[in-house]
Amino acid sequence: MEKIRLNMTVNGKDVEVLTEPRQLLAHVLREELNLTGTHIGCETSHCGACTVDMNDMSVKSCSVFAAQAQGANITTIEGLGTPDGLHLLQEMFKEHHGLQCGYCTPGMITRAYRFLQENGSPTEEDVRFGMSGNLCRCTGYQNIVKAILATAEKMNEMKESA
Amino acid sequence: MNETIPPKEERMTALNGLGTSRKRVEDARFTQGKGNYVDDIKLQGMLFGDFVRSPYAHARVKSIKTEAALAIPGVHAVITAADLEPLKLHWMPTLAGDVQMVLADGKVLFQGQEVAFVVADNRYAADDGIKAVEVEYEELPVIVDPFKAELDGAPILREDIADKKEGAHGPRRHPNHIFTWESGDRQATEAVISEADVVAEEMVYYHRTHPCPLETCGSVASMDKVNGKLTVWGTFQAPHAVRTVASLISGIAEHNIRIVSPDIGGGFGNKVGVYPGYICSIVASIVTGAPVKWIEDKMDNLMATAFARDYWMQGKISATKEGKITGLWCHTTADHGAFDACADPTKFPAGFMNICTGSYDIPTAFLSVDGIYTNKAPGGVAYRCSFRVTEAAYFIERMIEVLAIKLGMDSAELREKNFIRKDQFPYQSALGWEYDSGDYHTAWDKALKAVNYKELRKEQAERLEAFHKGETRKLIGIGLSHFTEIVGAGPVKNCDILGLGMFDSCEIRIHPTGSAIARLGTISQGQGHATTFAQILASEIGIPAEDITLEEGDTDTAPYGLGTYGSRSTPVAGAATAMAGRKIRAKAQMIAAYLLEVHDNDLEWDVDRFVVKGNPERFKTMKEIAFASYNQAIPNVEPGLEAVSYYDPPNMTYPFGAYICVMEIDVDTGTTEIRQVFALDDCGTRINPMIIEGQVHGGLTEALAIAMGQEIAYDEMGNVTTGTLMDFFVPTAWETPNYQTDYTETPSPHHPIGAKGVGESPNVGGVPAFSNAVHDAFKSFGLTQSHMPHDHWRIWTIANKLGLHEM
Ligand code: FES
Ligand code: FES
Repeated sequence: MEKIRLNMTVNGKDVEVLTEPRQLLAHVLREELNLTGTHIGCETSHCGACTVDMNDMSVKSCSVFAAQAQGANITTIEGLGTPDGLHLLQEMFKEHHGLQCGYCTPGMITRAYRFLQENGSPTEEDVRFGMSGNLCRCTGYQNIVKAILATAEKMNEMKESA
Repeated sequence: MNETIPPKEERMTALNGLGTSRKRVEDARFTQGKGNYVDDIKLQGMLFGDFVRSPYAHARVKSIKTEAALAIPGVHAVITAADLEPLKLHWMPTLAGDVQMVLADGKVLFQGQEVAFVVADNRYAADDGIKAVEVEYEELPVIVDPFKAELDGAPILREDIADKKEGAHGPRRHPNHIFTWESGDRQATEAVISEADVVAEEMVYYHRTHPCPLETCGSVASMDKVNGKLTVWGTFQAPHAVRTVASLISGIAEHNIRIVSPDIGGGFGNKVGVYPGYICSIVASIVTGAPVKWIEDKMDNLMATAFARDYWMQGKISATKEGKITGLWCHTTADHGAFDACADPTKFPAGFMNICTGSYDIPTAFLSVDGIYTNKAPGGVAYRCSFRVTEAAYFIERMIEVLAIKLGMDSAELREKNFIRKDQFPYQSALGWEYDSGDYHTAWDKALKAVNYKELRKEQAERLEAFHKGETRKLIGIGLSHFTEIVGAGPVKNCDILGLGMFDSCEIRIHPTGSAIARLGTISQGQGHATTFAQILASEIGIPAEDITLEEGDTDTAPYGLGTYGSRSTPVAGAATAMAGRKIRAKAQMIAAYLLEVHDNDLEWDVDRFVVKGNPERFKTMKEIAFASYNQAIPNVEPGLEAVSYYDPPNMTYPFGAYICVMEIDVDTGTTEIRQVFALDDCGTRINPMIIEGQVHGGLTEALAIAMGQEIAYDEMGNVTTGTLMDFFVPTAWETPNYQTDYTETPSPHHPIGAKGVGESPNVGGVPAFSNAVHDAFKSFGLTQSHMPHDHWRIWTIANKLGLHEM
């Protein structure tokens, strides 16, 4: 199949890849750009393991064709935090035991990152609803919800003291 | 030696050992997306393989044409059974002593069965190839109902063994019959039941479902023809067993096979079995000379790669008028699908189903199980439970409820009356198990108090009254469950899989500067082994958990072990870890005695050091001892500080718990709202309370899914009707309630640290708690039994049949 030239900004860097237009964004990220933090659980847009941030929206990258990502600005889990400076969400997930096998975790954190920008002071119910596009088979969600609420609280504290 | 010794507590805290909620060492990697799961593995020149799968549940394969597929750019090979036959790999042994087709050999026996393996440059090209393979099928009649498998005129499914009168587990009475397994005393039980004051009888069905880990199964095989070494990375819950089996069936010497389980994205039993994809990726690598990756998608996984449960349990339970249980009888029809690939220890073709006397002192019992072939996927894996224990727990907890209805007695009271008492342990069950320890009355009492049980019943009665008056359309259900698990398989004398004894292992090396590495025969799939096993060791050898690296899953480096499933890691490998730690300590004691110029017996262990008895100023820390062990010549002591332990447990462990669920049910819509879930677990000594709680949350959520909607369903043609996440229920954060957890602590008397294992308890105890809540809500209208999963439609149907929509 003929390939197309795909230009995107991924985690702040401009990238160019040659890809079949039918390739899914999830596969381009994982296989062409070696960003394997974006996981694949279903390829049918049900599980959210492949969630990335695209043009300031959460998208399930298994349901976006590469060709649709032309010119997009994308943030994956690899773009949140660094080994020396974890993103607050990453720290809170660890602190509150919000992960077990870790397979859903990048999608969860990437979604939570966008969710907290949509709603900076969520209730527990808001979190449960806002995160309902992401499945986890290990944790039963209770500690994920706790981690996200704790992040919101800390972010608001930081804002107030600033 | 003049330094001031920090107080004991301070030194214990520094270890971060047993009993602390140590944060997980795995999380830094996982939260940054730096895990290394099998699909993340990328090798030079790697190809991708995927399956042509059968659209039919039962059909003859007349021909397979591969030319068109091979002509597609990027397609390298199409492998069929005919290609595997010369290698004798077209069939493979199953874990249950049966054989299974790797690729369709003349016929297909379930929908989604692997027919041909297309190897291509990448997954897209493989998909193009799959579409171009032409398979001609001739449809055959289908069996989806195990009760019809032995009727006159039933099609014979397994023609390969149609004439075999003896199976792996004894005589077969029909070509579609696999085995009959019996436990207990039939005559005595039937006599007791026929003479009893009260007998309750019920058919309890535990439906077919699937573990559905978020990550599906997959493998990457790389045959290095230069040095003759085969390396396979894959989603293996038992990497060492896979190596031995791979060697036995491929003829490749075991030292030339390296099996690696990288990070695993959840297993729940799904990743115990050996699947055609693993074999085909290996063969494809040998054929093409390139590494070959196989990753199934979610539909493949749900449809073809194992299943769980599917037990029809006919039960009778008898009691005196006062409610003392006298006997239990059970006949199970076990639907095993097309091949008997159940993951059970060899001597237990129905797993530990004979734990079905549960937490109760039942003097006489009998169980028989018939395994049956149908046109469904093979598997029968222990989905977040020890082998068939969740079926057993569900059965007895339902039978208790129906008996309570018959007796007109509160089921909490009935349980209390019949619990095995604390002073009866170790307790010999009527079906042959020796329960190691327990204190059921204390746990039960605590649970009833925690939910304010009496008040709840009052509220329920008031609600019922209001319903009858037409003031509400919502009922309250109170679901009780007291379960006893049997985990930690198991003693080699009676537990093996394919002849491999079910011990486990740990090897420890202490480095000269006093840090350490430990390797185990198990493999974490989210349980946090790297965190918890380091804690066990920290307490045993006095080295901080932070300074201990844990490694699992690479058969070239880890000691042999049978892997992680059936909650066996803590009971077996955890015990091996403690025992290896004790060996290290024993040697360290000799070294310390030499360094301090005293006799071994003059020393005592004090958290992280050996101290001269009566002279606490004189000591050697583990760190000092480690250095000396490598760098000082000590007479009669070999240099170095290493140990390995292979632990063969003397008995299983028996975790237990008391779970209560309170549910509101809308009779007009069949929708449910879970108001409260209280879960009290006793898993013996608690290694890491934070991780235990996390396991309980996760297991309860899987229990909720199973009880309330999750199902692998088939239509009459054998089509899977729930093969995607659209139809197969996996609860989201929105449907999942908050859980209240609590514990009691009854250490296992035979485990070196008293731990029993917990990962699976919440699933075993949770399913009856949720299901009993549904039944309980409709009890006063005459409902005794209704099959799971209790989705809205089924609940609405219960209400409808009971006439509640006319009320
Ligand atoms: S992989 Fe994209 S939603 Fe599941
Ligand atoms: S941590 Fe395993 S799926 Fe969420």
